[in-house]
Amino acid sequence: MKIDVNAVSKTFGTFRALDNINLNIKSGELISLLGPSGSGKTSLLRIIAGLEWPDSGDIRFDGEDALSLTVKERDVGFVFQHYALFRHLTVADNIAFGLRVRPRKVRKPEFAIRQKVEELLNLVQIASLADRYPSQLSGGQRQRVALARALAIEPRVLLLDEPFGALDAKVRKDLRRWLRGLHNELHVTSILVTHDQEEALEVSDRVVVMGHGKIEQVGTPSDVYDSPASAFVHDFIGESVALPITVENGVARVGERKLSINADGISGAARLFVRPHDIEIAQPGLSAIEGQVLAVRRFGPIHRVDISVPVDGGRTTIEASVPAGQEPKIGETLGLIPERYRVFAA
Amino acid sequence: MTAFAPGRILKREKSVIPGFGITFGLTVTWLGLIVLIPLAGLFIKTFELSLDEFLAILTSSRVLNALKISFGISFLAAVTNAVLGSIVVWVLVRYDFPGRRIFDAIVDIPFALPTAVAGIALTTLYAENGWIGQFLAPLGIKVSYTPLGIYVALVFIGLPFIVRTVQPVLEDLDGELEEAASSLGAARWQVIFKVIVPAVLPALLTGFALAFARAVGEYGSVIFIAGNLPNVSEILPLLIVIRLEEFRYADATAIAVIMLLISFVLLFAINQLQRWTDTRVGR
Amino acid sequence: MGHVMTSVSATILEAEFAAQASVIPRPVRTEPAPVRWALITIALSFLSLFIVLPLISVFQQAFSRGWEVYVAALVEPDAWHAIQLTLTASAISLVLNVAFGLVAAWSIAKFEFRGKGFLLTLIDLPFSVSPVVVGLVFVLLFGAQGFFGYWFIDNGYKIIFALPGIVLATVFVTFPFVARELIPLMQEQGTAEEEAAITLGASGWQTFLKVTLPNIKWALLYGVLLCNARAMGEFGAVSVVSGHIRGETNTMPLHVEILYNEYQFAAAFAVASLLALLALVTLILKSILEYRLAEDHKR
Repeated sequence: MKIDVNAVSKTFGTFRALDNINLNIKSGELISLLGPSGSGKTSLLRIIAGLEWPDSGDIRFDGEDALSLTVKERDVGFVFQHYALFRHLTVADNIAFGLRVRPRKVRKPEFAIRQKVEELLNLVQIASLADRYPSQLSGGQRQRVALARALAIEPRVLLLDEPFGALDAKVRKDLRRWLRGLHNELHVTSILVTHDQEEALEVSDRVVVMGHGKIEQVGTPSDVYDSPASAFVHDFIGESVALPITVENGVARVGERKLSINADGISGAARLFVRPHDIEIAQPGLSAIEGQVLAVRRFGPIHRVDISVPVDGGRTTIEASVPAGQEPKIGETLGLIPERYRVFAA
Repeated sequence: MTAFAPGRILKREKSVIPGFGITFGLTVTWLGLIVLIPLAGLFIKTFELSLDEFLAILTSSRVLNALKISFGISFLAAVTNAVLGSIVVWVLVRYDFPGRRIFDAIVDIPFALPTAVAGIALTTLYAENGWIGQFLAPLGIKVSYTPLGIYVALVFIGLPFIVRTVQPVLEDLDGELEEAASSLGAARWQVIFKVIVPAVLPALLTGFALAFARAVGEYGSVIFIAGNLPNVSEILPLLIVIRLEEFRYADATAIAVIMLLISFVLLFAINQLQRWTDTRVGR
Repeated sequence: MGHVMTSVSATILEAEFAAQASVIPRPVRTEPAPVRWALITIALSFLSLFIVLPLISVFQQAFSRGWEVYVAALVEPDAWHAIQLTLTASAISLVLNVAFGLVAAWSIAKFEFRGKGFLLTLIDLPFSVSPVVVGLVFVLLFGAQGFFGYWFIDNGYKIIFALPGIVLATVFVTFPFVARELIPLMQEQGTAEEEAAITLGASGWQTFLKVTLPNIKWALLYGVLLCNARAMGEFGAVSVVSGHIRGETNTMPLHVEILYNEYQFAAAFAVASLLALLALVTLILKSILEYRLAEDHKR
């Protein structure tokens, strides 16, 4: 199912949780809402689910006005952050819940419900846990139950709110790969909310980066990583080094020195964003950016080097990655050449 | 309770969980019918009296004496409970001895035992030929049918309030706190008075206020043992009943209003104390 | 509970830890033995003298004139009527208070609104009103001299000195019991399970019956238990509104009073022993329920 979010805004008291959000979600894709806490991603998800309502704007499911539908009528499968499993029901009964509460006329007969539950248990690979209670399961197992329960009602869209947030790192990694595999099998439109960029970049078809109630960028994982659309995105995704610069008449300067970079369309104070591994070390004098080595740390095949660079009104410390072969000495002066970079107005 | 920004009226209410309007409405209505309107009636009735009449009733010597007896003895009983109740809590929480769990359960008996039953049982026990009274009589101590009897009854009904308020706080108290204090060189008595007492004090005061409030309003357990002599062992609630039986509604109402106002003040104090306890314990 | 796999090791660890904590004495956290024993003696003497002894004396007095007198006191028509009246009045107030408790807890625990704290205080209010004042309040409203008294009497309804008055007084004094047990538990449990049920297509009723109710059933029972004990034992408030009409408006506690004042001590204590038994049963059930409740709070 295709979902269109048009000009949706929402405030809680004086806090602007969502500020004029526009988003088109394609049928069958797995899209992530990625952002720090307070960026509005969970509010947006809950509004799409029908658990909350926007102050203005509208939501369309395949063109149909979704705001006039109840949660029930929207046919969404919602996976809650802390699973929200029914603690008094077994795993099987949890999964069957959505099927058993249907009005008699449309309810499947009990044997069909059981069969469906069994299919789902197999799908999420927890068939042996059918008779357990949620309190007897591990976090990862609960997550699978929550997912199976949401899938049982054959939702038109699957909404996952920080589904792996409460799990430890190893389980989280396994589970998200498994989730991606499952999505490839089922192709149900899925929206996943997360604050974990690795998770978003690894599983999604597209990533929506959100900050302060606004959408900063929408794109494929490579888009948002390689061509961040804003300083916020560059800073939030992957590692970043930011160098304060000034741009006048298309000419960029760091401190007193002229920088030969492309800063089209920018004027005044700006920041030069580079990934640490995109900084090449050069002999002093070869680059406008120079600095003293403050510290060197080794991480497996590379060195992380802290370099103190003079900028307008002081110095700033940036971190560069250097292959293990060429180890800089502390106190040494180095030139730095940004190979790939972005310039954003400050 | 639909609080949408102007511009677009949405068809659904704010929360997906249904039933706020009806449950909230029923709650307030039922509360109004059973509790608020009847209590308001009491105040309205008081306004049928002039201020002079009202004051005359309250300053009559019998009422003043009943006030003194009710509040004075309730206070003494609550103080007793604060001291002995604290010892009970300490023993129940910190020490292990045979029958500890049973004694713990026993503390709730005054909550569960109907007050009239407690009243006749205490009266019989402390009468001159009773199990306890027979030992006190030779010493010249009379309990039943004296103000001392009121005290005994009020200690009985007040105990659980202290114990059940202080107990959870003492149980939750972090043992490392005491260990830290000791490691810093504090003697045991210093640990108790500088670390433990301040930590449980808000709860103890709350329990005290609860026991006191309950004691002031108590009727059933007291009237059997008190002897009910006007000006000597006549409590306020009994005076209300007597005035009512004499069809002196105005007098009964005036006394009731004063009691009610005082219990509101106590309720407010208890609320504040509880908030204090909660912030102290960090709940 | 046979197949706890993942939590087994944690439980064992916890148990070991707890065992260690109680086996290894913590010298810093306790007093010298003499002080300890002195405090235990004070506490236990106090509890025995003030609480256990009165309870024992109820039963001792009840049987002081033998089984025949005991049984006779209970099967006598006025006593029998008092028992029935007490059961009826407390059953009605239980039903009303359970309904109110559920409704109030739903609105307070599952929704956010302004003035919630004040509403909670108002619900607690009946705890701090003297029972006698409660009785008086209803006499002022519905008695012959009362605000609505004429209307009700003219239309043939008897409220004061009759069952409705007794029920009103009982409902008032037991008003907060059920709500107070449910509200904190439901607040703690939050709304996620209800939201989940609704996204899965459950209606409001289905959500309440299939999700909320199973989660609060022990707390509800606990509230009912406390409410029932107080309702059956209420004396002051009921005493004022009942009129003490033998065989008509006498509840068990009032019947105890009348017998006692007529110096029929054995009979008075016989009826009282039933109430004391009720108190004991209440306490035992309460201990059992507290265990279940602790489980509910933990999960």
